[in-house]
Amino acid sequence: MVEHRRWNDILAYAILTFGVFIVVFPVYVALIASTHDAATVVNGNMPMLPGSHTLENYYRAIFIGGSRASREPVGHMLMNSFVMAMGIALGKIVISILSAYAVVYFRFPFRQTAFWIIFVTLMLPVEVRIYPTYKVIADLKMLDTYAGLILPLIASATGTLLFRQFFMTIPDELLEASRIDGAGPFRFFKDTLLPLSVTTMAALFVIQFIYGWNQYLWPLLITTQESMQTIVTGIKKMLTTTDELAEWQLAMATAILAMVPPVAVVVFMQRLFVRGLVETEK
Amino acid sequence: MEKSAVFKGKLLPYLLLVPQLVITLVFFYWPASQAVWQSFLREDAFGLNSEFIGLENYQALLAQPEYYKAMATTVVFSSLVAALSLSIALLFATQADKNLKAAPTFKVMMIWPYAVAPAVAGVLWLFIFHPSLGTMARPLRMMGFNWNPMLNGNHAMALVVMAAVWKQIAYNFLFFLAGLQAIPRSVLEAGAIDGAGPYRRFWTITFPLLSPTTFFLLVVNVVYVFFDTFGIIDAVTGGGPAGATTTMVYKVYADGRLGGDLGGSAAQSVILMVIVIALTAIQFRYVERKVQY
Repeated sequence: MVEHRRWNDILAYAILTFGVFIVVFPVYVALIASTHDAATVVNGNMPMLPGSHTLENYYRAIFIGGSRASREPVGHMLMNSFVMAMGIALGKIVISILSAYAVVYFRFPFRQTAFWIIFVTLMLPVEVRIYPTYKVIADLKMLDTYAGLILPLIASATGTLLFRQFFMTIPDELLEASRIDGAGPFRFFKDTLLPLSVTTMAALFVIQFIYGWNQYLWPLLITTQESMQTIVTGIKKMLTTTDELAEWQLAMATAILAMVPPVAVVVFMQRLFVRGLVETEK
Repeated sequence: MEKSAVFKGKLLPYLLLVPQLVITLVFFYWPASQAVWQSFLREDAFGLNSEFIGLENYQALLAQPEYYKAMATTVVFSSLVAALSLSIALLFATQADKNLKAAPTFKVMMIWPYAVAPAVAGVLWLFIFHPSLGTMARPLRMMGFNWNPMLNGNHAMALVVMAAVWKQIAYNFLFFLAGLQAIPRSVLEAGAIDGAGPYRRFWTITFPLLSPTTFFLLVVNVVYVFFDTFGIIDAVTGGGPAGATTTMVYKVYADGRLGGDLGGSAAQSVILMVIVIALTAIQFRYVERKVQY
């Protein structure tokens, strides 16, 4: 540090504590709401300390669902979200490591064309072509299926670019050495490239898992059956009941449950998360 | 940059590319071209008949006052979210860049909202500021402020902005902190020796050196506001009241689904695609992508 002033540190602590307060406050309120009964939450003067209905609320949310209009149990939604997030993350890793391998380690006609076909997808998120994509899924009879939830979202270039960039940093000597040892493209990939790529794969996995888990518009459109609903879309539906008495304490319990997996990933795999985030943006 | 040592393979590289190319063609190029094609068609509500009508969908769109309103809403929304989340994140990042013992803890505490789904973030803020049951609604009313985001368009906008900023601070914070840590200490020390105080050093040394990061984040934030905030808007306001929070992306969704106007929705999609491509081109052309961590 250039200079060390006491007041400067105190100011930093004060500002950062205030920042953490802002960041934590909405989640704290949701957490508290998920421990009270419906009447306490709805009267507009909810206490700021935990209530005594925690187990009841979480039990009802996870196993029974938000009563009335026969909602899906959140436990099932969690499962759907998990399958979708895993499918997107793993699917993207598999298809993009293969295509990056082809683009970097082979010379063949239309190599540049293939690269550009993939690269252009970087620019357009699914939101701008939402209805035509919906129609493709409907024509392929993939509405209300995991394949329909997953496949359109793995059609993007981030993974390929990330692996391409990483492969470029691998010294050519490694390829030559394994060639001398008699390794073909398959052995080189399996014995040399894959082990070296583990960290990159893990970083991409972390980012894509969060991306997949947090999808909203796409699952909202293509799932019509309650049994295929993901947790992120499920919360909203709990609140748009026809009668006025939306069960906010259950919705808040669900919101907490929806946050736990991706937040846990960020907190416990912080290094991979940061790496993935920074590298996918380059 | 090219590899000098490569494999010779005739069929293998194509086989390796097949999965990605098939998925990209089926779920990206085909729908995207359909969007362009549909924007020149008039289709009935059941999709049974369609007729080529040239640019009529675009003309109809550009004659709609609602479309300009959605554009204006998008501009207001993006500027507010980008300006607020960038400046707040920069403030926190400069503090976390000081040699504090608790800096790593603060860092984790600041970045986790990145993992919260936009729709979930929206629901959390809606709950706090809900006009009848929200924790903050009562204090606001006691101060004589008639808070009601369900009826008042400005209040609704304020609410979605808060939720969107809250979620985006994490991302900006992380990149600003990385940018700050990449600035050589010696430059700052030189400034200090010349007698510049912390405030002056920030504005004359740190901030200019941080400008590639800032510009990069600006573009990323605009793209974020355009697309990722869909979940926030749908969860908090549903585009209302009276279209006050209907952004361009939200209008694509609402017109196609609720209105059944697929041609008009497709025309809007095409306009959005052009905007995003322009933004991406700007990012590639001008941003020095050397953000280091």
